Amino acid sequence: MEKRIRVLVAKPGLDGHDRGAKVVARALRDAGFEVIYTGIRLTPEQISEAALQEDVNVVALSLLSGAHNTLFPRIVEMMKAKGLDVLTIGGGVIPDADIPGLKAAGIAEVFTPGTPTEKIIEYIKANVK
Amino acid sequence: MANESLKAKKEAFDAKVEKALAKNPERVNLPKLRLATPLDIEGFDYEKDLGMPGEYPFTRGVQPTMYRGRFWTMRMYAGFSTAEESNKRYRYLLESGGTGLSCAFDLPTQIGLDSDDPKAEGEIGKVGVAIDSLADMEILFDQIDLGKVSTSMTINAPASVLLAMYIAVAEKKGISADKLNGTIQNDILKEYAARGTYIFPPKPSMRLITNIFEYCSKNVPQWNTISISGYHIREAGSTAAQEIAFTIADGIAYCEAAIKAGLNVDDFAGRLSFFWNAHNNVLEEVAKFRASRRVWAKVMKERFGATNPKSWMLRVHTQTAGSMLTAQQPDNNVVRVALQTAAAVMGGTQSLHTNSKDEALALPTEDSVRVALRTQQIVAEESGLADTVDPLGGSYYVEALTNQIEAECWDYIKKIDDLGGAVVAIEKGYIQREIQDSAYKWQMEVEKKERIIVGVNKYQIKEKPPEGLLRVDASVGEFQKGKLAKMKAARDNAAVAAKLAALEEACKDESVNLMPVILEAVKAYATLGEVCGVMRKVFGEYQPTVSL
Repeated sequence: MEKRIRVLVAKPGLDGHDRGAKVVARALRDAGFEVIYTGIRLTPEQISEAALQEDVNVVALSLLSGAHNTLFPRIVEMMKAKGLDVLTIGGGVIPDADIPGLKAAGIAEVFTPGTPTEKIIEYIKANVK
Repeated sequence: MANESLKAKKEAFDAKVEKALAKNPERVNLPKLRLATPLDIEGFDYEKDLGMPGEYPFTRGVQPTMYRGRFWTMRMYAGFSTAEESNKRYRYLLESGGTGLSCAFDLPTQIGLDSDDPKAEGEIGKVGVAIDSLADMEILFDQIDLGKVSTSMTINAPASVLLAMYIAVAEKKGISADKLNGTIQNDILKEYAARGTYIFPPKPSMRLITNIFEYCSKNVPQWNTISISGYHIREAGSTAAQEIAFTIADGIAYCEAAIKAGLNVDDFAGRLSFFWNAHNNVLEEVAKFRASRRVWAKVMKERFGATNPKSWMLRVHTQTAGSMLTAQQPDNNVVRVALQTAAAVMGGTQSLHTNSKDEALALPTEDSVRVALRTQQIVAEESGLADTVDPLGGSYYVEALTNQIEAECWDYIKKIDDLGGAVVAIEKGYIQREIQDSAYKWQMEVEKKERIIVGVNKYQIKEKPPEGLLRVDASVGEFQKGKLAKMKAARDNAAVAAKLAALEEACKDESVNLMPVILEAVKAYATLGEVCGVMRKVFGEYQPTVSL
C-alpha cells in the first residue's frame, strides 16, 4: 500500500484565528492525507520539533497577525538545523509583496485568502518530496 | 378560522409553483420559506412578541425612539504600531466625526506579555497598539478628553489591568472614575471557544470578571464591564443562530458566576453589553438582532429574576464581518460593508464599527477607514433606514425568521445547560466543534459554488497586486523595547516589587477583589507583563483541548 502523505498544520505566533487552519486541515484529511493539527500559539521551536517527531512530509503554516516575515523563515531554519527537508507552505493574510521574500526563505508556496482547498491539495500532491 | 381561506389559497399557490419547478427550477441553497405569509407567524401576538421599543421584550429595540434622536455611536476600531501612532489615528477619527474610540491592542498586550518578551517577537504593534505600562497609556490618550469620549477596549484576559491603566490615566488628567464611559470586552469564554487570546484557566478568569463587575458597580458605574461577544464566534465560522446562542450561553455563565460570588443581579446586569457580527445576509441578520434581544430579556427576567428593566436589555455593539471581506477585487468590499451596515442599523445596534475594504489584505489605510466611516454616515443621514424604529418589524418573513432563530437559540441553550453550562461545554470542545462544522460546511459550499462570493468563485477577473497597503514599520518592536527599558530604569523599582508582592498575596485569597490591588500596581508603573506574570504564577495557564 502506498504510504499516506503526512501533513503538520501549524499555527505559529500569537494569533488565534484558526478557522482557516482547521478548514484546511479537515479538507486535507478528507483528501486522504494524515493530518496533525498543532493548535494555536506555537513557537518556531515547538513547530520544528513537532515536524521532526511526527515524521511529516509537509508543514503547512497559517498566520494572520502579520508576523509571517519573522516567524516563517525561522521555522524553516530550525527544521533545516534538525536535518529536516520537508515541503513547507504558508497561508493567511499575507501581502503579495511579502511572498517573494518568503519563497527565498524556503516557503515553497503561499496561499492567500479565497484559495480553494482543492488547490492546496493538488499543490501538495504535485510537490511533496 | 379566518386563516382557512388563506391556507387553501397558499396550498393552491404552492402546488402551482411546485409544478412549474421542473421547468423553472429554483437556485440551490435557499431558505425554506419561499413566500412568507401570515400562516408562517401563526399565533403572532404583537404585544407579547414585539411590544413597544424600549419595553420588554425589546424585540423592536432598546430605546423608545431609536435613531430618531441620536444615531448609533460610530465607533471605529483602531490601533496599530505604537501609542504615539495610534494616538494620532484616534485624534484623526474624532476630528472626522467618529463619536467613540475603540482600541485595538497588539497580540502580546492581549495575552499579557511585555514587548521585551521573546514570544512577542514579530508581533509587536502588528494587529494593534503595544501597551506595556501606564506610560504607554498616557501617550495613547494624550490630548483626548476622557471625560467626554467613550472608549471601548478589545481586551480580555488582561482586561482588569488595562481598565486599571485607563482609570489611572483619567485620574492623572483630573477625571474621576465615576465620570468614565466605555467598555472592556472582558469576555474570556469566547476566547477559549473562538478567539484564542486566553491566559488563565476558567476559574480564576471568572473570578477576575466578577471582581470587575463588583468594582465597577461601585466605582465606575457608567462602564460597560463586559462585551459578551458573538462576533468572533461568527468569524470562526458559526451560523447566525449559533452566534447568538453560544454568546447568550456565555452570558448566562457570567451571570451565574457573579450571583454565586454574592452579587445582586440588578447591580451588574445593566452594565452587561453584547457584540454582534453584521454578516452578508441582511434579512437573516436583522432577524438575529431582534431574536437576541427577545431571548436575553426572557433569560434575565425569567431565569435570573432581574427586576430592573435595564437588566433585561440587550445593548449591542456591532462590527461588520471581517471574514466576508474578499482579497479579490477589494473595492467590492465597500458595497458589502454598506449592506452589513444597513443590516446592523435595521437590527437596532447601539454602536457600529465598519471594516475597511483593504482588511482582507492588511490593516486599513487612513483613506479606506474614511470610506468605512462615511458608509455609516451615508446610511445614517441619507438612506432613511434610521428614520423609523425597527423598520422591518411586521414583515412576515422577518418575523418568521426572528421566531425561527429564537427557537434555534433556545435549543442550543438547553443543550448547553444539559452539558453543565457554557464553561463545561467549552472544556468538552462541544461549542468549538459546532463552530468548526459550520465553518467547514460554508467552505465546501463555496468550493461547490452552492454559495457564491462575487469575485472569489464567480465573476473573477485577472487582477494586479493591490497597491498602497499599510505596513507596520519593522522598527516598532525595537522602539517599543527601548521605551520599556527606559521606563523600567526610571521608576521606583522597590515600590513596584512591593505592589507585585501584594498582588500575589491577593491572588491567593479568593475573597479579595483584585481590582484595587491591580490599580495600585499599575500606578507604580508595574508593567502589564509583570502584573500578568504574577497572576500566571498563582493561577496557572489555560491548556486548550485541540480538536479537528
